[in-house]
Amino acid sequence: MNRTYELMFIVRPDMVEEELDKLISTLESQVASSGGTVKSVERMGKRRLAYTVRRFQDGMYVLLTAEGSGALIHELERRLRVTEPVIKFLTVRVDEEQKRLDKIKQIREARKKKAPPTPAETGGETGGETAAVTA
Amino acid sequence: MAEETRTTSAPAGERPAGEQRPGYRGPRPAGGPGGPREGGRKYFRRKKVCKFCVEKIEAINYKDVRLLSQFVAESGKIVPRRLTGVCTPHQRRLSTAIKQARNIALLPFAGRPS
Repeated sequence: MNRTYELMFIVRPDMVEEELDKLISTLESQVASSGGTVKSVERMGKRRLAYTVRRFQDGMYVLLTAEGSGALIHELERRLRVTEPVIKFLTVRVDEEQKRLDKIKQIREARKKKAPPTPAETGGETGGETAAVTA
Repeated sequence: MAEETRTTSAPAGERPAGEQRPGYRGPRPAGGPGGPREGGRKYFRRKKVCKFCVEKIEAINYKDVRLLSQFVAESGKIVPRRLTGVCTPHQRRLSTAIKQARNIALLPFAGRPS
């Protein structure tokens, strides 16, 4: 059962770049050894926190997208919890939402194909409706 | 709420448009001006439309702070639907996204007096 998860975590702002690299590579190897795949790792850089977390006003955000089972995520979260420089993390499952978005996109494209390009198309749906009523 | 506003505002609000085009009862264009008021009610409330439906924004993501912060009050509270005009399905997704963003310190929790 493969699911896609987004794992966002905040590390303390005074962390050295190499240490962060090391942390990310350990997480990646953990994902690989648990039978998952890392889709992307994105460093979002230093950001101001909306509220103080462990007396920190800023933090470095990292976004990791991974595919795998729930057990994998469980292990990753446990790891993040015991890793001292990580001050906060959040895991969100994204595949269901992505499926929904793809479906909507597909429907829209099908509708666009069905209706050939007319002047009303630029006006969007509401424009089309009003044109139909007035005609 | 949307139906109610339309039916109550239709006699007063849609009349000028009706004179020009008989039988026109389509939806009002998004973001258009309120229109002139002649007699009847003193104040006029523009019909609110759901931003996400109009602009066809489907992805409401917790990372999109700029989008989410439009629906968060100064104090950090989520602005209710009756003020923003967001439709129910989108408000549901919006509130989930705001709560996720709060959790990862992208948005403040409600309660800070500022």
